[in-house]
Amino acid sequence: MATVPGCFVVTPSDLSALFGILDELGYRTLGPTVRDGAIVIGEISGISDLPIGITDEQGPGRYRLRDGVAGAWFGFAVGPQSARAHLSPPERPLLEIRSRGPTLEFVEPEHHTERTALFGIRPCDLAAMEVQDRVLARGPHPDPRYVAARDTTLVVVVNCGVPADTCFCPSTRTGPRARSGFDLSVTEVVDQTDHYFVLEPGSEAGVEIVERLEHRPADRAEVNAALATTEAAVEAISRSLPEQLNGRLLAAADHSRWDEVAARCLSCGNCTMVCPTCFCSDVRDTTDLAGDTATRVQVWDSCFTLGHSHLHGGSVRADTRSRYRQWLTHKLDTWWDQFGQSGCVGCGRCITWCPPGIDLTVEAAAIVGGG
Amino acid sequence: MTPLPYRVTAKRRETPDTWTLDLEPVSEPIATPRPGQFTMLYAFGRGEIPISVSGLPGDGAPLRHTIRAVGNVSEALCDLAPGDGLGVRGPFGTCWGLDGAEGRDVVIMAGGIGLAPLRPAIEHVLVHRDSYGRFAVLVGCRTPGDLLYAGQLESWRGRFDVEVEVTVDSADPGWHGDVGVVTSLLPRIPVDPDNIAVMMCGPEVMMRFGARAMVERGVAEVDIEVSTERNMKCAIGHCGHCQLGPKFICADGPVFPLSQVGPLLAVRSL
Ligand SMILES: Cc1cc2nc3c(=O)[nH]c(=O)nc-3n(C[C@H](O)[C@H](O)[C@H](O)COP(=O)(O)OP(=O)(O)OC[C@H]3O[C@@H](n4cnc5c(N)ncnc54)[C@H](O)[C@@H]3O)c2cc1C
Ligand code: SF4
Ligand code: SF4
Ligand code: FES
Repeated sequence: MATVPGCFVVTPSDLSALFGILDELGYRTLGPTVRDGAIVIGEISGISDLPIGITDEQGPGRYRLRDGVAGAWFGFAVGPQSARAHLSPPERPLLEIRSRGPTLEFVEPEHHTERTALFGIRPCDLAAMEVQDRVLARGPHPDPRYVAARDTTLVVVVNCGVPADTCFCPSTRTGPRARSGFDLSVTEVVDQTDHYFVLEPGSEAGVEIVERLEHRPADRAEVNAALATTEAAVEAISRSLPEQLNGRLLAAADHSRWDEVAARCLSCGNCTMVCPTCFCSDVRDTTDLAGDTATRVQVWDSCFTLGHSHLHGGSVRADTRSRYRQWLTHKLDTWWDQFGQSGCVGCGRCITWCPPGIDLTVEAAAIVGGG
Repeated sequence: MTPLPYRVTAKRRETPDTWTLDLEPVSEPIATPRPGQFTMLYAFGRGEIPISVSGLPGDGAPLRHTIRAVGNVSEALCDLAPGDGLGVRGPFGTCWGLDGAEGRDVVIMAGGIGLAPLRPAIEHVLVHRDSYGRFAVLVGCRTPGDLLYAGQLESWRGRFDVEVEVTVDSADPGWHGDVGVVTSLLPRIPVDPDNIAVMMCGPEVMMRFGARAMVERGVAEVDIEVSTERNMKCAIGHCGHCQLGPKFICADGPVFPLSQVGPLLAVRSL
């Protein structure tokens, strides 16, 4: 059968060599691994670190792991963490300030960006990286450390065959198959008789990695089998976000649905902590005991905290209703005005990790009238 | 995100809780700000806050800021003495539409500390007085003791080419001026809706009422500018704190034509 240019087949035992190759190329590898009953993103040095044969069950306010298809490398969907923590860490020193007599001296801490391979991130999370790029890298004031981390990150994206109940990437056009932005894309084909990976390099670095792996050109049937896995994922996904929410949620700022959702929402901020596109940050200022050196540290913040909108005289968004409304209208509506796209990539994390299981797709649809 | 070191060269008490600081760079200066813009001022170990430029910049003028001590950082800044160091980033944000206002009448309306960001605009119009039509400055504050720049207001009042009106919410016995909210001064000034530029800064309610009164007198929303305030941590569109609906006040504002933010300011707790 004719081979398909740009597509390669690698067996599981041959793909195991990938981690050594990444190491030789000077990358540390971050990827999916099980910790405390969830699939998180951690250091990966070999396949024994991967959640092989494990799957997740997700629903509104619900997440648990169980056994999945034996031997499958990627039989699960996104866990609570995304690439966000790697590219803009939850806490990072911004400045050291030294008091030299009356004069202040501002010193930026040395930072070392480690070349990192993000292995096994999902198409929605890759899309989320591009969403955050527009905020932190492409505006008039690029964040140098974000840019440095981004430029030294190699992306091995894994297309999704086993979506969670909470996923809705087809309606946000961010998955389950990645189209661009990766160095290497991987689709796992696993059934009764076969188990192999279809690899597509998306950059020079991706080509080099494939060349170092034992591989052969993929034939049409193999590529079709890979496409069929993500098509099956599309079929399996039932949630969807209404189209074109720009201009429509904020316009309904007085809708009674905001009161209903506010009665359920705990203002815990979990949704903003797990969301791969959220970017709000705060700063903490401290002084050392001697009093001549101070530090500024940047930390993730959430629009669900009272302090987020603090002004002299009180917070602008003093109640949960206004804070949930800020979260939803920003993510789905005003993000378009600001960045020309939606702030939601359909990963479903905010549904899974919301203690009362609030589902933004349901809320958005209710507010704009059925969707 | 790294401030430049500055030091205080002069300090003036404006009211019991408000001080004007003149600043000079220790070495490198920030770019020259324009009236309406703000900087981020860093007080050692305490934090960083947005403060508007309160004096007409340029021509060797110091970087001038007027700060009301309301909390952690603003108190620390007001406690600085001449010679003390601080950090400055900026300038940030949009400026008053003084160029577009040339040839037109100008009405400035300020409430409380809102006079600080408007003072450079007033000074600009007075320096380029022939470029503008009639000029009115309306100022409101809580009590006579809370009036900023009292001496300067008095000297402007002595000029024939600017109408200065001051009102206080509650007077004490020595006060012979107006009592009432600043919007109550509006009926006194002539308004030619086709030839006017209005600039406002103060509490949001004041700006809402002031704007409504001007709109009722036929002024177009694009000719009314307001300066808005939200919590700010970064001033460069990264921290998310300053959002007002789709606007980042640090970058898209703080000065907006009412046509852009009128409906947003009308939404409660946005
Ligand atoms: C564009 C702009 C221009 C301005 N110009 C001027 C001006 O010219 N003059 C002037 O006097 N003021 C001005 N202000 C207002 C000034 O920035 C505020 O008064 C100042 O930020 C108050 O800071 P503070 O530390 O003194 O007060 P605080 O009330 O102590 O607040 C300090 C910071 O701590 C945080 N904080 C406080 N309480 C909490 C809490 N409970 N939870 C979490 N966080 C909290 C807030 O995020 C806040 O940013 C301006 C504001 C803006 C946006
Ligand atoms: S809003 Fe929810 S579904 Fe959308 S990207 Fe954020 S966490 Fe994922
Ligand atoms: S929507 Fe859910 S996760 Fe988000 S703040 Fe409210 S309760 Fe917490
Ligand atoms: S102050 Fe940080 S986004 Fe505007």
